[in-house]
Amino acid sequence: MSTVVYTHADGTTTTIEGRPGDSIMETAVRNGVKGIVGECGGSLSCATCHVFVAAETFELVGGPASDLEDDMLDGTAVDRQDRSRLSCQIKLADGCEYHVTTPKAQ
Amino acid sequence: MAGTLIVGASQAGVQLAAELRELGWDEPITLIGEESHRPYQRPPLSKRWLKSELVPGDVILRTHEWYAANGIEVIANDRVTWIARDGDRGSAVTQGGRRLEFDRLALTTGASVRRLTVPGTDFHAVHYLRDGDDAIRLEHALHDPANRRLVIIGGGFIGLEIAAVARTMDKEVTVLEAGPRLIGRAVSEETSAFYLGAHQRRGTQVILNARITRIIGSPPDAAGRRSHVIGVELDDGTLVPADLVIIGIGVIPRTELALQLGLRVDGGIVVDEHAIASDGRTVAAGDCAVMPNPYPLGIGGPTRIESVNNALEQAKVAAASLIGQPRTYQSVPWFWSDQADLKLQIAGLSTGFDQVIVRGSPSEERFTVLYYRDGRLIAADCINQPAEFLAIRGALAKGLTIPAAVAADTTVPLKQLVTEPIGV
Repeated sequence: MSTVVYTHADGTTTTIEGRPGDSIMETAVRNGVKGIVGECGGSLSCATCHVFVAAETFELVGGPASDLEDDMLDGTAVDRQDRSRLSCQIKLADGCEYHVTTPKAQ
Repeated sequence: MAGTLIVGASQAGVQLAAELRELGWDEPITLIGEESHRPYQRPPLSKRWLKSELVPGDVILRTHEWYAANGIEVIANDRVTWIARDGDRGSAVTQGGRRLEFDRLALTTGASVRRLTVPGTDFHAVHYLRDGDDAIRLEHALHDPANRRLVIIGGGFIGLEIAAVARTMDKEVTVLEAGPRLIGRAVSEETSAFYLGAHQRRGTQVILNARITRIIGSPPDAAGRRSHVIGVELDDGTLVPADLVIIGIGVIPRTELALQLGLRVDGGIVVDEHAIASDGRTVAAGDCAVMPNPYPLGIGGPTRIESVNNALEQAKVAAASLIGQPRTYQSVPWFWSDQADLKLQIAGLSTGFDQVIVRGSPSEERFTVLYYRDGRLIAADCINQPAEFLAIRGALAKGLTIPAAVAADTTVPLKQLVTEPIGV
């Protein structure tokens, strides 16, 4: 299994045991985690799964996986920061722990 | 025990249940759906599912644990066949013999495929695509090497998405469209013309203005099964050869239960801006509902929108109405369609446009079509232009525009062209 710790804009956190291979977006939506919408189901069409990745997690996952993700990050509801990602593009690896913060709006 | 009954375990139905809990509603919720699958997303069914890139667990909307933790009882594989209500008390009877009492009722019954009414649609090799079982059957058929030649009837989003998938499997694909252009209901001639060329370049044959007289198949086998098709016959006598026929000619909203309840039905279950039906109590959301246009820049009047975005947004409004906290449904509708490597994103509703500006380069398959009415931007089709899509969706949500006179200037990022509308 993998673990994702979601920190919300109000400072509360939700911890979910995720299935390796699923994305951070899918793990959130299927478990009803607030702050991530994922309207398009992970097809890189909506930019409603924006997260700020914690520094140590960023070392694990890196920056945008494609030009398309990079372009979409330019149009998120809350402006992107250095460690912004679309969480549908981050797949969980087995045995890893991920820390992300959700923005105020998607 | 009475509680809230949500009929239709759809994207709208699940969202409605989730929103009720989000709003703090803690009374019982029952979500019933006729399919055997856990509630799932439909959009992947015409795309990655057909390529066998997904398993059922990839497309579910929520986990079992989430429903359990939120006290939402999900009844699968059963269908409400009779329903009645008298004020705040109502009951429903299912095909499986259940009797469900409710004091609040939501209809998220969706839509079913429009059937083609020509002879020969009963052959086993003729497919429709709407639900999970359809997708599983079509996926198998597409991966059968004996099915080399596909005829797709209907040049709308579903048909073209399937065509694009089938071409990646090296199938011979012919799309038959009854109208004079592709995706004619949803986009301008400029966008239609682009998609015609784009699919032709990828090896799909397209026949426009096609009049289909029948689907011809081989004689029944010893067991009387009508399995194999030979082709699709057009009214000029042409026979388009086929091993597999897929029909995608739109959907019809499911209103049977609304009619039983005596609700007003007119091209869908008629609801107001709070998603409340004509009895003042029942709510409806998603593909089954006809509502006042939720898009402030749209043409007023009854509107039915088939999209994930509408299902989600309208369901939230419906949930609030159900517990006596009505909100008004307003939003900028948006939609997407992935066909081959072409990402189409549509913001707004273009109905009633009187001017079109093409920005960027259709020949490079990267451009945006902006729709104007009375000089004001109302919608856009963005092809492989995600940043422009988000800029336009954001502008429309804020009531801003992009002047038509400068919209085609690609030397300036679109984001920087967004301004206040003049004279509004």
